[in-house]
Amino acid sequence: MSTASALVAARGITVTYHRRRLLPLRERERPVQALRSVDLDILAGETLALVGESGSGKSTLARVLMRTITPSSGTVAFRGSDITGIGGGALRTLRRHFQMVFQDPFSSLNPRLSVGAAIAEPLIVHGLARGSALRERVGECLEMVGLDSSVAGRRPHEFSGGQRQRICIARAIACQPDFIVADEALSALDTSLQGQIIDLFQDLKERFALTYLFISHDLSAVRQISDRVAVMYLGQVVELAPTAELYSSPRHPYTQALLAAVPVPDPVLERARVYTPLRGEPPSPANPPPGCPFHTRCPRAIERCRSEPPALREVAPGRLAACHLAE
Amino acid sequence: MSASILEVEGLSISFGGATRRQLVTDVSFKVERGEALGIVGESGSGKTLTMLSLLRLLPRGADARVVRACFDGRDLFSLTPAALQDVRGREIAVVFQDPLTALNPVLTIGRQITEVLRRHFRSSAADARRRAVELLANVGIPDPPLRLRQYPHEFSGGMRQRVTIAMALAGEPRLLIADEPTTALDVTVQADIVTLIQRLQREQGLTVIWVTHDLALLARIADRVLVMYAGRVVEDAPAAKLFAAPKHPYARALLGSIRQDAPRRNRATSIPLTAADAGALGCPFAPRCAEARDQCRSVSPVLKVYGGDTRAACWALDDDGARGAGS
Amino acid sequence: MKFLASLYRSPQTRTGLILLTFVVLVALAAPLLAPFSPVNVDPSGRLLPPLSRVLASSTQGAPAHAETALHVLGTDSVGRDVLSRLIYGSRLSLTVGFLAVLISAVFGSLVGCLSGYWGGWVEALSAWLIDVQLSFPFLLLAIFLLGALGGGTLAVVLVLALGTWVNYARIVRAQVLSIKHQGYVEAAHATGAGTLRILFVHILPNTLSPICVVGSFSMALAILTEAGLSFLGVGLDPSTPSWGTMLNDGRDYLLTAWWIATMPGIAIGVTVLGVTLFGEGLRELLDPRGLR
Repeated sequence: MSTASALVAARGITVTYHRRRLLPLRERERPVQALRSVDLDILAGETLALVGESGSGKSTLARVLMRTITPSSGTVAFRGSDITGIGGGALRTLRRHFQMVFQDPFSSLNPRLSVGAAIAEPLIVHGLARGSALRERVGECLEMVGLDSSVAGRRPHEFSGGQRQRICIARAIACQPDFIVADEALSALDTSLQGQIIDLFQDLKERFALTYLFISHDLSAVRQISDRVAVMYLGQVVELAPTAELYSSPRHPYTQALLAAVPVPDPVLERARVYTPLRGEPPSPANPPPGCPFHTRCPRAIERCRSEPPALREVAPGRLAACHLAE
Repeated sequence: MSASILEVEGLSISFGGATRRQLVTDVSFKVERGEALGIVGESGSGKTLTMLSLLRLLPRGADARVVRACFDGRDLFSLTPAALQDVRGREIAVVFQDPLTALNPVLTIGRQITEVLRRHFRSSAADARRRAVELLANVGIPDPPLRLRQYPHEFSGGMRQRVTIAMALAGEPRLLIADEPTTALDVTVQADIVTLIQRLQREQGLTVIWVTHDLALLARIADRVLVMYAGRVVEDAPAAKLFAAPKHPYARALLGSIRQDAPRRNRATSIPLTAADAGALGCPFAPRCAEARDQCRSVSPVLKVYGGDTRAACWALDDDGARGAGS
Repeated sequence: MKFLASLYRSPQTRTGLILLTFVVLVALAAPLLAPFSPVNVDPSGRLLPPLSRVLASSTQGAPAHAETALHVLGTDSVGRDVLSRLIYGSRLSLTVGFLAVLISAVFGSLVGCLSGYWGGWVEALSAWLIDVQLSFPFLLLAIFLLGALGGGTLAVVLVLALGTWVNYARIVRAQVLSIKHQGYVEAAHATGAGTLRILFVHILPNTLSPICVVGSFSMALAILTEAGLSFLGVGLDPSTPSWGTMLNDGRDYLLTAWWIATMPGIAIGVTVLGVTLFGEGLRELLDPRGLR
């Protein structure tokens, strides 16, 4: 995979949390590895979906890329230059290019600020506009997300969940970033609204040539919007493939299980499908199984899986999978 | 004895002192014994309120009126508080969305389950404990005796929800109301819980009402689907028919937004600035409906029966339930 | 503003607001309202009961053109008009109360905010400071400091502020601890906002409501405490017209010239009632104010 066109490149990202307790009880002392040596490239202009369930580390990875968390080890590069260690003014300038849309539209807006002020924040922080130019730009952003510019003076609690999410998106595009991370941006919305927000994301991407990292636990939602999908499990990427191929022929057993678990809106098909639930519970990141992290729940686990962790290998052109059986 | 275990007719709920707001208007439906009824609608559609009102669990200030609400031949709204307490948990049980708030964090799971058993069956402590172990095993929790001694925070999200299901079933109810039980869970865990409830339904002849905003989920589990919008029932059909050919424009829009093969740009539904008011004149969906006519804006559509087993409330349907020609 | 309108609607707050406004107006218009000068002594007219008339004389500071002057509330032990002292006293009490609250609120909130946001040694240091402060009985501390500083208005204000900043620090710290994990703070951080901006634009405004509430209650307390300190003789100079010094002055005459102490007592009661009612109404309004 050429890194020449990678907008954001992560190598060897490891994030370990040490929990310090006053009374060291045996279990609590163990460090939690949220991410284990993750490599990921996000190509310019693509929408990469990062899919995983709780404990997979996807949100942590997003925050490492956004440089709001510092990794315990590993590097992050933006347009080829290393941004892992930068701080202060350089980091602030960088932030202009990276923006994030969060999961909960209710808590990601300051209840005391008008939505116009919230949208204006990135512009003010980076000194991009002032006075009437600022107001104009805020109005533009509101219109771009399908809201009327006259609502800029209202407070967040006057809007519905879907509208608030739109406002958060307006805030994210205000300073014309190159890269937007959407961290479960759809999860808090009703299914009927999700389609509209997906449309909006798509619209904005085409208009402004954006690059997206779309994080979700919902496979069906990301199918419509992503070019490639990376599946994470317990702090590692276990499969990475172009969307169509991932959905039609998943190579990793976990991806297969995820796809099988997603309900299909067709009762006839659904009744015909036999669903075998995954065995066991998702393991805790504080206590990962040896070998392949998935082997305790994998229907196809063999002896090798218990002892030897599989590497993320190319199993077909442009497709990576971390499974001994995925050749 | 009728086959319907639950019959609701003309349920209306309003709220507020000075400014009375109509939250649910004239809701009627029937649930057959052993059936799985799915109720789908967005936030604010009144689906949860409807269920709460049946068990008289509405918040203070909410006023519910009904023509008839019969559970197994008994009128729910005329029960004395003592009789109602007997019905709650013993005949009708509810599983809520967030297991964290449904479980008392300072009591062990064992204590919480045995409390239900001792309340409804006057079991001795030993009997209750034995039965609790059985219940936990039945919902797929490994090592029940150990788990009984643990506290809710020691369980994962999926396990907690299993525990609340076990608690709900402790009273051996005949009707289980599941209000968004899997919304907060990962998709594989959701599939697990769904499979679990289906199995329990089969084994115990349980009737289940499943409330959700995710229509796709109902394809897997519902025999019949009730679609609610702005506090009204807009469509009520067998699942197969609803998914194959929904009659109401809202149901069609809902289905369209989740189908993978639907045309991507579904601009038919634009977002109104204010939430739909259940008490407004005319069809509440009219502002968002692509097929709205003058009649729709002034007169509320009436639920009509089509084909013997489907009801829908839309002026655009002719007597056969086909889309009317013209306008 | 919508906020003021809703303030007016609650009968509690309305009463408090009316009382407060009345006192503030009196304080502002003191030179116009006071019939006499509050400091001029009149040895010949000492301890006169309310509604006594005296011959007007310029030495009293009475209205120049009058022949006789009426002491509506009587005179005190050195012949000063009680009403005038009461009116001028409102200025002092309000100023002292307000300044004390302002200083302690600003200082306490800042400490609480920084310790809540940064944690680490900042928090440890402020926690230690707070503990040290609290381990001293306030009155003892006040008397000692006032003795050392020599009394006077500024000293009293500072001592009062010293006594109450701890409350703000604690409350604000707790608030900040919960706010700093909110989504919008993380969003601001991700946008590149600096610490100062996050603190002053996002965190502090959301801690305002408890600060306002504690502030209004503190003001009542400050006025009372000032009166107490002056009563004890460590506060303001006895000739200064303040309600506290008036109480002190009237202490010896409670059974004979009861009006000297009673009048300021009533004034304090009315003011404190006004502030308390207002504060209570403010709390009710700011708390369930649908911040979400």
